[in-house]
Amino acid sequence: MSDAVTAAAPAGDTGLLARAERRETIGLALLTVPGFVVVALLLLVPVGWLFALSFVDKSGALSFENYLRMTESVYVITFVTTFQISAIVTIGTILLGYPVAYLLSQLNARAAAICMIFVILPFWTSVLVRTYAWLVLLQRRGLVNSWLVGMGVISEPIPLVNNFLGTVIGMLHVLLPFMILPLYSSMKAIDPAYVKAAANCGASPLRAFWDVFFPLSRPGLFAGTVLVFILCLGFYLTPALLGGGRVSMWSMQIATNVSTYSNWGAASALGVLLLVVTIVILALLNRVFRVDKLYGGR
Amino acid sequence: MLMRAATSTQIRHYQRLWLYALCAMIFGFLVIPCVMIIPMSLSASNYLEFPPRAWSLRWYEAFFGSPEWMDSLWVSLKVATLATLIATPLGTAAAYGLSRLQPAVAQWLRLTFLLPMIVPNILVAIGVFFVFAKLGLNNTIIGLALVDTMLVLPFVLVTVTSGLQSFDVNLELAARSLGASRFQAVMTVTLPQIRGSLMAGGLFAFVTAFDEVVIALFISSGGSSTLTRRMFSNIRDQVDPLVAAVSSVLILTSIVVLIGMQVFKRRAPGES
Repeated sequence: MSDAVTAAAPAGDTGLLARAERRETIGLALLTVPGFVVVALLLLVPVGWLFALSFVDKSGALSFENYLRMTESVYVITFVTTFQISAIVTIGTILLGYPVAYLLSQLNARAAAICMIFVILPFWTSVLVRTYAWLVLLQRRGLVNSWLVGMGVISEPIPLVNNFLGTVIGMLHVLLPFMILPLYSSMKAIDPAYVKAAANCGASPLRAFWDVFFPLSRPGLFAGTVLVFILCLGFYLTPALLGGGRVSMWSMQIATNVSTYSNWGAASALGVLLLVVTIVILALLNRVFRVDKLYGGR
Repeated sequence: MLMRAATSTQIRHYQRLWLYALCAMIFGFLVIPCVMIIPMSLSASNYLEFPPRAWSLRWYEAFFGSPEWMDSLWVSLKVATLATLIATPLGTAAAYGLSRLQPAVAQWLRLTFLLPMIVPNILVAIGVFFVFAKLGLNNTIIGLALVDTMLVLPFVLVTVTSGLQSFDVNLELAARSLGASRFQAVMTVTLPQIRGSLMAGGLFAFVTAFDEVVIALFISSGGSSTLTRRMFSNIRDQVDPLVAAVSSVLILTSIVVLIGMQVFKRRAPGES
């Protein structure tokens, strides 16, 4: 850090200015210390502890037993289910989110502000409340089933919740705003003149969209996709409530190992693995896109 | 109206009807679950129905009249308030420090501060549960508040950072060149200028802490249950309209807060 500061000071300086600047840098760095301590004590220490626990077997000896057990079928099923659900939900948010973000980016400021409420209101409503609402809507005697029967789509109620389908619907709803918002901000930054120019050169609307607009919206699409996928991998609440015990996702396996079996070794190994997968995905993303940008930094 | 051009490339509104219809359906998908629960909570019957055959406020009475539910509400309010009061100054200080540091250093420090958003909550939950068990902090307000502080710190940091980016640093430099110390300049010039972002960051922190469930599932129980934790167990056991009433209260609160934010934004122009 001090190298950077010295380098920033003009050459041939008497040193007084450089010292003042260094003192200021240290002062600024100190401002981040209290927050850093909170993150260190409440996040790094607990997660580090789990990391250590994951390498210890039941007798307390150092071993890889917890990781070797991950190839057992019960865990493999969990991994497969988790990736399946994450992929379906991510693709679903792209299919539903892209048109909405596109429309929002094309509307005038006033109409966009009104339509934005439809995206922001669910975003501000607690995930638990929304999950509960879906539980109610999708029940056997719930609204969706009675509508479907009423419209003659189905002859009798079908199980929409407490299964794979219910979990996917609930997660799709919770994660859709996480796709729309980054997409919207990257589409908003596209200069409309480009599309106009393409049309001027004789491109059909579809061609102008596909060859000009879509490629320019890719950063937002990319950011949204990774964000949603990562959130899916570690999602607990919605699958726990809407899965009805039939859907076993990664995070639920962690919770069960702790609360039902008190198997800290297995839970820790699962947790460490989940964190590693998440960080690897983010690190891959970081090569093309600055990760701190994904979480609102610039 | 329909024949009018929707874009500068002369695509007319009627050619876009499919897009409007599709988006209307998606907006419905997004919003209906959030508001549908409100009329259902006004049911007089023992189970949820739509539309309710008879209307009543009995489930609201049951919620506000139950000592356990009220205890949980107080726990949640206390925890979220404490977390907001700690996280807002810490996050603001960190955001200021990071925004004025060398970008290369700041980027790595910033990633550390974003970790609470990146690390899956379930992992934090069992880790903290394990550590708190050794410290005797499970089932305490202070324990919950500390975890939530850590969890909401990135929200404050991100919001305040974006406020600082739209702030003209020259104003602060002017104050300092007129003899104010850096601290004085920040307190009297910079922070008042970005108060909208501070409020938004604090609000974001409060809402996030209030809504937290996964960690509370592990580190709070019985008398120290947070509201959302009690709702979670209640939902898992039975689907009765009491949770619908609680949910409606929370939804209405977030609608009021959203409107309040819009009004506040209008009053403080030039800042988002």
